[in-house]
Amino acid sequence: MTKVTMTVNGKSVSADSEARTLLSEFLREGLRLTGTHVGCDTSQCGACVVHVDGLAVKSCTVLAQDVAGAEVRTIEGMANADGSLGVIQQAFQDHHGLQCGFCTPGMVMTAASLLKDNPKPTEHEVREYLEGNICRCTGYHNIVKAIMAASGQDVSAIAAE
Amino acid sequence: MYNFEFTKPTTIADAVAALKADEAQALGGGQTLLPTMKQRLAAPSSLVSLTAIPEMQGVCMSDANEVCVGGATPHASVAIHAATMFPALAALANRIGDPAVRNRGTVGGSLANNDPSACYPAAALGTGATIKTNTREIAADDYFQGMFTTALEDGEIITEVRFPVPEKANYQKFVQPASRFALVGVFVAKYADGARVAVTGASSDGVFRWAEAEAALSADFSAGALAGLAVPGGDMISDLHGSGEYRAHLVKVMTGRAVTAAA
Repeated sequence: MTKVTMTVNGKSVSADSEARTLLSEFLREGLRLTGTHVGCDTSQCGACVVHVDGLAVKSCTVLAQDVAGAEVRTIEGMANADGSLGVIQQAFQDHHGLQCGFCTPGMVMTAASLLKDNPKPTEHEVREYLEGNICRCTGYHNIVKAIMAASGQDVSAIAAE
Repeated sequence: MYNFEFTKPTTIADAVAALKADEAQALGGGQTLLPTMKQRLAAPSSLVSLTAIPEMQGVCMSDANEVCVGGATPHASVAIHAATMFPALAALANRIGDPAVRNRGTVGGSLANNDPSACYPAAALGTGATIKTNTREIAADDYFQGMFTTALEDGEIITEVRFPVPEKANYQKFVQPASRFALVGVFVAKYADGARVAVTGASSDGVFRWAEAEAALSADFSAGALAGLAVPGGDMISDLHGSGEYRAHLVKVMTGRAVTAAA
């Protein structure tokens, strides 16, 4: 066991870690931040997406020790300081961008990554960017709509199907 | 996965020394190796992360008109920084996997693994790239030696890849929709001394050059030049995603699309 330290959602945190401990395990079991979900554990589904030094990564396919010292942001760090939902989270609620909610942490983190680089994406760009995030409930339509809305664009023309 | 020793050196020399340990394995972005280890298809006794070595990071232009990519440079970085230097290479990097995978996976990792359906081998072979390691420089034509097989020796690290910039180039990938790997991918490049065509995803021998198409395109760089050519289906991968004949057909279709897009 090695003590691994990193900054998670602005706070310096440490937990014991084996070499094989994945970042997803470090967050969920080491820090008890269970908002990051593990859907497939094979880097297909994207439920485990978090940001490492500002970049979206699949935390089930990164070793915790390999990102020691990094700045990590998880879904727990997406709410506003007063505890209210962040813009993307609120848009998911407003536009029914989730049903069971299992994929939502990864969807929100991926959306945040997209909007950082591309503040006004087209619907096509949103769909392309979500390639590595799988949702089995919504059919994606309202997720795309929520992300478009979070970017400040008019989504009234995007009809629910 | 089974446990292992983990080290993260900051120089190539330290990484080479660490890889001398018994059953040590280099770790790039881990986007193939970690899933493989979870399946217990690989169980190295130690992993040597190559992602903290500054001299293996970044994209630059050489005096010889080559795009030089550090071996541990992630795909997303190539997509951004090679965009004006070599748009076809940047576009290829920008369609590997998904955005999160592109933030971790590295060019050196892709070429060292030499998955028969990976994209980067097509770019390296299609440009006649030079694969630079800690001990030598290897021409792409000598580097790829069949599915998951390369000229690399045990413990040898890809420190840089140099891609000669062509006059025109394009990469066309027919995506296998579940895995997002190339069912067939074709990289076409036109140089002053002729055209190169490299095909990934199709052959059971891994990436290969389609010599007949290169000859035809060197004489006439247009999709029409491919009209009389056919790729034999016998050596092609045949699986539930597509028969060998289907893949052979796709090779010609995707080559034509690449030529049209490049021209």
